[in-house]
Amino acid sequence: MDLIKLTNVKKTYRTGVTAIQGLNLTIAKGDFVFIIGSTGCGKSTLIKMLYREEKPTAGQIVVGGIDVGKLRNGKVYKLRRKIGVVFQDYKLLPKSTVYENVAFALEIFGLPKDEIHAKVIKVLELVGLKSKIKNYPAQLSGGEQQRVAIARAIVNGPKLLICDEPTGNLDPETSMEIMKVLEEINKLGTTIIMVTHDINIVKQMNKRVIVLDAGRVLKDYEKGTYKHENS
Amino acid sequence: MKTVRIIGRNIRDAFKGVFRNFSLSFASISCITITLIVVAISMVLSENVNNFTLLVERDVTIVAFIDNEADEDKIEEIKDQISVIDNVDKYEFKSKQAITEEMRDSSDVFDSIMKNWTDEENPIQNTYQVKVIDINKIKNVADEIKKIDGITVVKYGEGMVEQLIATFEFIHKICIGAVVALILVTAFLISNTIKITISSRQREIGIMRLIGASNINIRIPFIIEGLVLGLLGSIIPVIITIYGYTELYNKFGGHLFSNFIKLIKPVPFVYTTSSILVLVGILVGMFGSWRAVKKHLKI
Ligand SMILES: Nc1ncnc2c1ncn2[C@@H]1O[C@H](COP(=O)(O)OP(=O)(O)OP(=O)(O)O)[C@@H](O)[C@H]1O
Ligand SMILES: [Mg+2]
Repeated sequence: MDLIKLTNVKKTYRTGVTAIQGLNLTIAKGDFVFIIGSTGCGKSTLIKMLYREEKPTAGQIVVGGIDVGKLRNGKVYKLRRKIGVVFQDYKLLPKSTVYENVAFALEIFGLPKDEIHAKVIKVLELVGLKSKIKNYPAQLSGGEQQRVAIARAIVNGPKLLICDEPTGNLDPETSMEIMKVLEEINKLGTTIIMVTHDINIVKQMNKRVIVLDAGRVLKDYEKGTYKHENS
Repeated sequence: MKTVRIIGRNIRDAFKGVFRNFSLSFASISCITITLIVVAISMVLSENVNNFTLLVERDVTIVAFIDNEADEDKIEEIKDQISVIDNVDKYEFKSKQAITEEMRDSSDVFDSIMKNWTDEENPIQNTYQVKVIDINKIKNVADEIKKIDGITVVKYGEGMVEQLIATFEFIHKICIGAVVALILVTAFLISNTIKITISSRQREIGIMRLIGASNINIRIPFIIEGLVLGLLGSIIPVIITIYGYTELYNKFGGHLFSNFIKLIKPVPFVYTTSSILVLVGILVGMFGSWRAVKKHLKI
């Protein structure tokens, strides 16, 4: 079953720049996909359309059964609840602790306290941060902050996790630790789409790789084939 | 249950938020406090004036003196004629004997003069005491009564009463106008102050939207924060109202200037006034927040 299906998608910004054009793409449930390509080729634009930060100018985008292009503003939250998003700059609340930052994503929905506690602890354990739940973001390393962001993104149990250069600010070693966390999450059933510039990570992970160029799919490597063709 | 939890958490967070951004919150709270103090003063003034007007209105009576020649049938006839006049509320026959009794009771001097009068000698006239519905048209009623055959003289606090009441009603209206204007101005001031608070929390709102908070989810915390600001802003005005007015009342012994102007009793007046102040504070705070957060909800 396809979790994501893009048909003839085009995105032209109000400035007149066309970031995506004639894009066709399907991503299956449970997949782990890298999106790579030179800077400005439209990677961020593509994933922003998946969680409806941007609207496609033409074509159709279906995510988890929701026609994203037709989604009304007031209903966007329904899509967002199915998707976790992680950014290069973490986007944590600086005045809240690790625990509060993650619990925040559940408290909005009015879950009981003990249920929130159980879920938050479980997910912080998964990302390996259980010992730092009382720390504030400023008291954490970059890799640890990114793990908090990942924990927050997945604590709701989303079907899809979107990461835009999650390792962009991290050294190679820390980056690999983050990748292990992501792989773990993927194994538990969450589909992951990750934008990156780090070719080493792409080669080591051996996943499906989509190469974008000037807003189009230049190449789509099946799982495990990228390394061989680009060594 | 879910809603209760969401609201409960938001109240807790609202208090946190208020103290976290204390300088900004303080500006909003002061704003509300000052407005509510003025509102309180206006309310006390206007309610007292209104009360006094009512008292005066209740007291104003047209006294129609009946010709002493009139027999019982004639008196009945006059009654029928009064009853059909527009704007007449109540009317009551007061015989000259009853009036005499009253006067004798009220003073020893009258008593000693009047006690030997026979009915024939008694110069006091039978009267009808008439109350009107709308005090502003009392003159018309008095004029109508005067036309009735058998009525000799009609008396009421001519001119003075109407003027007094008109003045009071004017003061009352000005107070209400001032209060409404002030509340509107404060709502916008608060709205702008909270806008600054919210701008400093853009990041939080962005994250909330990203993790799937609906517009209501996003709005509720800020509206509750407005509610808390309103609540905190009404503390001082409420204290001033309760203690200040009670003090004032006791100091003047319940009267202002002379026995003529009666003040409203503090209980329950100060409590109803305080409740209104708190309510106004809360509503103004909530409205301010609601307006301020609106533009952040485009998605
Ligand atoms: N909000 C925007 N308004 C106008 N143009 C934009 C906007 N966002 C991106 N663009 C343009 O669209 C094109 C694609 O941008 P995008 O951010 O998708 O690239 P990217 O592949 O993510 O690049 P990078 O690897 O540097 O992050 C660029 O030319 C960019 O200038
Ligand atoms: Mg990008």
